Amino acid sequence: MNGFVKYLAERLFQLFLVIFLGVSLAFVITTLSPVDPVQVSLSQMTSFGAVDPRSVELMREALEELYGLQGTMLEQYFNFWRRVLTGDFGPSLSAFPTPVMTLIAAAVPWTLGLLGLSLAMTWILGNLLGALAGYFRNNTLLKLSGAAVMALHPVPAYITGLILLLLFGYAWPILPISGGAQMNLQQGFTLEYITSLIRHGLLPAMAMVLVGIGSWFISMRSLVSNIVTDDHVVYAELGGVKSRKIFSQYVARNALLPQVTGLALNLGHIFGGTVIIEFLFNYPGMGRLLIQGIYRGDYSLVLGVTTISIVAVAFAAFVLDLVYPLIDPRVRLG
Amino acid sequence: MFKVLRDLLRYNREFLIGFILTASLVIYASLHFFSPYDNTAIYLLPPDMPPSPDYWLGTTSRGQDIFWQISAALWNTMTFGITVTVISRMLALTMGMISGYIGGRGDRVLMTINDTLIALPNLPILLLVYFVMREQMNWAILAVVTACLSWNYDARIIRSVALSLRQREFTRHAVYAGMSMPQVLVRQHMPYVMPIVFFTAMNNLIFAIGIEVTLAVLGFIDLNRPTIGGMINWANQHQAIVAGVWWWIAFPIIAIVLLFLGLFLLAISINEYIDPRSRLARMGG
Repeated sequence: MNGFVKYLAERLFQLFLVIFLGVSLAFVITTLSPVDPVQVSLSQMTSFGAVDPRSVELMREALEELYGLQGTMLEQYFNFWRRVLTGDFGPSLSAFPTPVMTLIAAAVPWTLGLLGLSLAMTWILGNLLGALAGYFRNNTLLKLSGAAVMALHPVPAYITGLILLLLFGYAWPILPISGGAQMNLQQGFTLEYITSLIRHGLLPAMAMVLVGIGSWFISMRSLVSNIVTDDHVVYAELGGVKSRKIFSQYVARNALLPQVTGLALNLGHIFGGTVIIEFLFNYPGMGRLLIQGIYRGDYSLVLGVTTISIVAVAFAAFVLDLVYPLIDPRVRLG
Repeated sequence: MFKVLRDLLRYNREFLIGFILTASLVIYASLHFFSPYDNTAIYLLPPDMPPSPDYWLGTTSRGQDIFWQISAALWNTMTFGITVTVISRMLALTMGMISGYIGGRGDRVLMTINDTLIALPNLPILLLVYFVMREQMNWAILAVVTACLSWNYDARIIRSVALSLRQREFTRHAVYAGMSMPQVLVRQHMPYVMPIVFFTAMNNLIFAIGIEVTLAVLGFIDLNRPTIGGMINWANQHQAIVAGVWWWIAFPIIAIVLLFLGLFLLAISINEYIDPRSRLARMGG
């Protein structure tokens, strides 16, 4: 029990550190920039025609307050933290007066669903294939599928997604390529809506799986091919343990441990892929929100989405770390 | 060095294919110095010409020759990738070696910071940097930011090697002989760490090129400078697929996929060469 408490304390410390550094980094980036966000927003708003200079001055003050850019650097920094902790990033400029948090709250379920499902699929499939390929090293079918997923691995998410989009959207149009569900359908637990949800999610999810599967495959295969030569496996083989049991209990179970840690470590990177895929397939999640915010010059929206995603990724990694002792008794027992 | 290269080319099929692919793409990219057209100029040629003997890969709707555009784009993309790799290797090497050498509490502090940086989602941070820089963003700034976001994982690997080098006899000898810490690190430890630096460099190069392609496709870097992602962005803006100008989007995609494939094959075969266990496995069957 003692070991678990120590482990928990370490993870908790790491969580707070990640959030602290991430949020501070976001603040530093925005303040160090040579471009004044208030000026940019002002010129966007006044570009339609001549505006009374006094109202421009009023607008400037209002924007500075909105963006939390009043006072000294330190005051701004504390102000920024207050906003993060209360979850109040002010209203979005491009969807005025909807608060940024409302937009984010509407987008989160989509990202969570797409990312969660496709990540689970990728992780299970990649590790299974990798473990099999590492254990049955001379199987031709496994070798071929290994070559296929490894060839896809280095290609950036956008390119893989674009190829899928061209294949299933233009060359052989069988799947919808844009949106999260059919527009004119009522949201709810109807068969029609759920079917539409799945059909729309299929291509983005497929892209996510193809992008991510290679790295799990590669690391799992090399882990397994190292464990296969370990003494305990050789001993079990000599002792006549069934090869199915050796594979699942002796080899795969041991090799999975670093893969769970790897999942927690790579979440930030995987989230980046989701951003791109969502934008490409016009999927109504956090990623599309972020990129649209950039195109529209919506300062509070971009800052809000970035900060929330830093915090969310840190929390998700923390939850994974909490699950880890369940599968690794060494941490549990200390 | 050359002997290693010769052996790899002779005995390792992945390395051979990767080497040929990468080398031919590098040659193709360097051809752009002899391009008959200015690669940033537009409307020089009749637009939307399909591939033909005159224009090998066709022309864009902006009247550019796709063959020469891709050539220049590959060059720019590779320059970007190598810049990122060099900067991030220097960061990873310094951080990893110092952390491993000092050990103890300093090592723990440095590695905690390192792990924290690994956990941050790098794409949203890059996008935030673009968002606040806007027009002032150029490829050099992007390279520095990308480098700063991509050295942590490798610093950890380098540190684990440095940690074991610290315990070795020759390190103690060097210290007793009066060498300072930088001297020990550069003269004694560096040769042991360099193979890892080279191997991680390949992965880092692939990552950096991926970032550049992604940001350019989204239109977040200077689009007048030809890059593969930039070409796809222009093709999307002109709705090339709907207009039937498929060659505008297909050839850049093929070029970048071939580049990734070549680099990746090089990376895994070098990795295999460095890790003797997988070399033994290959010999065994």
